[in-house]
Amino acid sequence: MMNEDKENQQTPSAGRIAVKIDDLTVAYNYKPVLWDIDLEIPEGVLMAIVGPNGAGKSTLIKSILGILNPIAGSVSIYGKSYEKQRALVAYVPQKGSVDWDFPTTALDVVMMGTYGSLGWIKRPGQKEKKLALEALEKVGMLPFKNRQISQLSGGQQQRIFLARALVQDASIYFMDEPFQGVDATTEIAIINILKELRKANKTVIVVHHDLQTVPEYFDWVTFLNVKKIATGPVKDIFNDDNLTKTYGINYKVSIQE
Amino acid sequence: MSNAQIEIQLIASLVAIACAIPGTFLVLRKMAMISDAISHSILPGIVIGFFITQDLNSPLLILLAAITGIITVVLVEYIQKTGLVKEDTAIGLVFPILFSIGVILIAKNANDVHLDVDAVLLGELAFAPFDRLLIAGVDVGPKSLWVIGSILLITIGLLFAFFKELKISTFDAGLAASLGFSPAIIHYGLMTVSSVTTVGAFDAVGAILVVALMIAPAATAYLLTTNLKRMLMYAICFGVFSAISGYWLAHWLDASIAGSITTMLGFIFLMVYLFAPNKGVIAVLYREKQQRTEVSLLTFLLHLRNHSEEEERHVNHLNEHINWQKVRSKTVLELALKNNMILIENSVVSLTKKGKDFTSQAIDYIITNEDSKIEHMKDDFFLFRG
Repeated sequence: MMNEDKENQQTPSAGRIAVKIDDLTVAYNYKPVLWDIDLEIPEGVLMAIVGPNGAGKSTLIKSILGILNPIAGSVSIYGKSYEKQRALVAYVPQKGSVDWDFPTTALDVVMMGTYGSLGWIKRPGQKEKKLALEALEKVGMLPFKNRQISQLSGGQQQRIFLARALVQDASIYFMDEPFQGVDATTEIAIINILKELRKANKTVIVVHHDLQTVPEYFDWVTFLNVKKIATGPVKDIFNDDNLTKTYGINYKVSIQE
Repeated sequence: MSNAQIEIQLIASLVAIACAIPGTFLVLRKMAMISDAISHSILPGIVIGFFITQDLNSPLLILLAAITGIITVVLVEYIQKTGLVKEDTAIGLVFPILFSIGVILIAKNANDVHLDVDAVLLGELAFAPFDRLLIAGVDVGPKSLWVIGSILLITIGLLFAFFKELKISTFDAGLAASLGFSPAIIHYGLMTVSSVTTVGAFDAVGAILVVALMIAPAATAYLLTTNLKRMLMYAICFGVFSAISGYWLAHWLDASIAGSITTMLGFIFLMVYLFAPNKGVIAVLYREKQQRTEVSLLTFLLHLRNHSEEEERHVNHLNEHINWQKVRSKTVLELALKNNMILIENSVVSLTKKGKDFTSQAIDYIITNEDSKIEHMKDDFFLFRG
């Protein structure tokens, strides 16, 4: 297990740039939440976005995905605009962003991941159902497929969200705090799936809160606090200096050398 | 039944179905109040349309009123976006103002216009059969039947075409946006359908009943199912049932049809609210009582398992040790005894084999969260999980 982790910590082969962000500025009611962000995310990294509350982490993801409109700057996915590359991207929103009392089942939520490839009007059929069942199997939620989603625990709900992203079979995965409110078992299950995605040369970008686990889980990190503080391999830049710059207070995280 | 009676019930039923469909999504989007706003604020649109066309069923009037409905939604969202007031306040500001513009317009032109505020608020279903649609001189039925019938057909067509899009944008607007299903298009589409339905239903059932027909059937259905398609079906059934039974209630009481239909809607909601199998008040109370008893029993058995000392297990001191009232301790003791879970020897209580097995299984059940492992235990222990 440890050896495997070591291997994965290597810098990804000097490959292509999966996501490129130029001069991105986003504001809510003319109050900037993100200032002039330049960021390049190489293909095949498992990257954490860290920063204090209100640093604009979720905003960054939402702007990349076209859910929010930036007031300046541009985003490209493998060199083209997001609208042209939708099929390459999957998104796991924060668990709290939806109403879990919605009348639907776990399987049905996962099926929603297939809607993007179907396009407007066309309805999901047997093929989509099969894909959804496979994704449920991957996250260990197959026995719960017919459960109403409010009858699932927080960790199970998060796995359903993950399955919904897996079913999209994307190249780039954006996840907004996938570890929020989940138990240790689910956290390990999720991180193992993320590491498998990276092995398959997928790019995974995660808004993350628990600084202690950054070196263990991720190989790439971006420090964000309205402006970009630093980005790069965890082993090079995940240090007290950058943490202090990002969080504003004297931060001490012991990092195993 | 006379022809007119059949026609009235048919119109009421079609209105109920046409309202239940957008109503279901409004309820799920927590936008019930928006339908209230739309149903009132389309009045100026109707009045202006009526001045121009002199016909309550003209397509131009419906179009104008629907546009007023959309303006309402846009205004509410605009005021809300300033961040100065909350959504409910914004709704409370917008629709009375638009509605009162309509009221003033009617009052200023009362002499020329066959339109009054009472009819707008309550509708007059009883008169609907008198306004006939003539095609080449042939009577093809009441005009409002054709109007609401066309609106319903369009609504059903849109529902079938965009069911997937409606579902995903209602459940998770963020995901819908990232997959390329613009939530704004779906939102305004739903608002347009709601506005058009409201206008179409308006002259038959009035502004107040339109709201009731949109919200009450959907809210009732929500209590009965965890499946969106079924929720739509149930909402439609409740709507139609209320429409027809409400008509006969009005017939029997010699009262307003709109008022009677609304009363039926309220009555059905109350019945379901009380008696629904899972979410109903009575089911919940019953389950809580059962749960309380079983949890007390388990607490008691656990105490016995964890304490071998005799003093902890003495019949007369149990209440002190578990910190319960005497009556409760006695009930639980009797319950355990009746189920052969305990033995009492010389006033000292101990667990039987059955009691021991039950306790360990119950603990397994409570701490295991995997369906496959506990599926077979569900019937025995379902109450512990609620």
